[in-house]
Parts: sequence; C-alpha cells; structure tokens
Amino acid sequence: MMIRFEGVKKTYLRHTALHDITLSLPQGKIIGIVGENGSGKSTMLKLMAGLIRPGKGTVTVDGEPVNRLISRKVAYLSELDVLYPFYTAEEIVRFFASQFDDMDIKKAHEMMQFLQLDPHKKIKHMSKGQRGRLKMVLALSRQVPLVLLDEPLSGLDPMVRDSIVKGLLSFIDLERQTVIITTHEIQEVEAMLDMVVAVREGRIVGVEDTEVIRETEGLNIVSWMKKVYGGY
Amino acid sequence: METFDATQPIYWQLAQRIRRQIVRGDLKPGEKLPSVREMAVESGVNPNTVQRTYSELERMEIVETRRGQGTFVTEQTHILEQLRDQLKEEQIRRFVRDMEEMGYSNEEMIEGLKDFLTNDGQKEMDK
Repeated sequence: MMIRFEGVKKTYLRHTALHDITLSLPQGKIIGIVGENGSGKSTMLKLMAGLIRPGKGTVTVDGEPVNRLISRKVAYLSELDVLYPFYTAEEIVRFFASQFDDMDIKKAHEMMQFLQLDPHKKIKHMSKGQRGRLKMVLALSRQVPLVLLDEPLSGLDPMVRDSIVKGLLSFIDLERQTVIITTHEIQEVEAMLDMVVAVREGRIVGVEDTEVIRETEGLNIVSWMKKVYGGY
Repeated sequence: METFDATQPIYWQLAQRIRRQIVRGDLKPGEKLPSVREMAVESGVNPNTVQRTYSELERMEIVETRRGQGTFVTEQTHILEQLRDQLKEEQIRRFVRDMEEMGYSNEEMIEGLKDFLTNDGQKEMDK
C-alpha cells in the first residue's frame, strides 16, 4: 500500500475537517479524491504531504510515518499560486533542483517543450494557464513515489486542462509512481482515474475502482458520487 | 481527444475500437499498435486501462506482444476471419434485440432488411 490513514482526525479550531478516517490506497494508480468544497479533500492531501499533522491517528506513505521529512518521497502541487513571480520557468526549475536532489532537469525541459512553455519567460508575465502547466512540470519532474495534485485544473480553460491531462499521462511513470488528485472537474479526469475516493463532510463515503463503477453499476463518476452522497 | 461513454468500462470500449479498426483494415495484419503510453495520451485514458485492453486483446489472440518490441495485430488468418464474423454477429444481435423490443417479428425484420438493401435503403446510401 502506498498510503494508509488509520483513525485519522483533524480539527481546525472548533471545526472538524476529518472524522476518524481509515483508508488504504494502492501504489501505481491514478486516484481521484472527489467531494464538495470543504469536504476535507485538501486536508487529506496536506496530511499525505506532511504539511499538517493529524490530531489523532497516523498517516503513512510508502511504509513511512508522515512527518516533514516525507517531502523526500512526495511531490505536492498546491492549489494556490506559490511560485516566485520574479523567476523565469528555467530559474524555478533550477531552484527546485537545488531543493530536491530527485529533480530530473532533463524531464522538466522535455515537459516544458511538450506543454509549450517558454523557459525564459518570467512567472509574473505568465497567464494563469501557463502557471498551471508550470506547476505540473515542477510536480512531475521529481522522481518520487508519490505525486499529490491539489485541484490542478481549477479555473483553467478547457484547452489548458486538456494539455495538462495529456502532460500528466505522457510523463507519469506508474511503474514507480502513484498520483493522487483532488478535483471538481470530474468529467475531465474520469477516463484517466483508476480509482475514486468520495469524501463528504470529513468522512469517506465511497472508495471504488472507476472501471468497476462503469462495469457493475453502469454509472459515470458524477452519478456514482451522487449515489454515495445520497446514502448519507 | 477521443471520447468514451462514461457509463461503460473504458478498457472494453477501447478494445472494441481496435477490433473495428482491424476489421475495417485501418490496422493491418502484423501492424504495430501504438505503445501503451502513446495510446493513453492519444485517447486521454489511464495507462493501466490501456494495458488491460492490450491484455484482453492478447487473451483473444487478436494481438500478440513481442518482448521488447511492442504489440502487433495477429497475422493468423483464421483469427482475423473469426473476428470479422464476431463483429458481424454482435452487430446483428444488437439490431435484433432492439427490433424485438419494439415488437417486430422475425419475418418483418428479414423483409425490412431485404427491402432496405434492394430498394430505398440502397438509394439512400448511394446518395
């Protein structure tokens, strides 16, 4: 198993973001975490990335209990814009390489070319779509077992979303890597997901293989999500 | 990007597409299929799903995987003939089920098909 949550609870002040979550996710898959705003998707991702700690319970990634050192094994793409505006794409790739010795610069260049990004353009001069693609380059250029993508398609136009999905499929190495992706744009990604985890109000309400959902229930992922949501 | 029916297993839809391409002659006997990665990117689906499609086609002996070289359409004539028959049968089965569901008799179906192929339908198609 790539990821294990055991009895994980996370509270922010008086708001409980996650209630007693127990979950195992296998390796070598592309797994989607879906749910409404505020359902706890991003909190789960941050727990896997070691950016926050559970109030109760344990999270393990690739057999290791998660702490701040887990960043050696995890590439995390934040939902927010966190790139330094005065850097060029090339400079931020070099900066990442100085921070993470697993950064594959050759792959980063190949991806930039594939996604039609100009390495010499400054981040502050990039469109939102270009920044979205650059974040993808940074996440996928690291040779790590776990890649976490928080809303990578959010707020981007359909052409950019399409190129990001293709970039992911072209450059991910599922023999060695696992991808966890949170998203609202279920229809854009459902064909590339192996598995989905539905989260509602801090609880897991469904975990299933996407092909099983289609084969045994004859449902698309949105309908399946409505069904498991309705069961509560 | 190709689109899939999101309520049917994708590995199966992809397998059906490849079977049709072979029968139509778009994929020739002995021709190499795109690599798993190429096919995944081209159709926007998960590489694991493409792998499952290729394994399924291999189990049906429609393709063969040569170690280190890739996946190829079979050159065995009897398998290709069998595939042609299978697709025909599957298509007819769907047609017949639909017609039965609407209450047409076997005779009406046969008559209808004959008429279609000899008269109006043929003209329709020639247009």
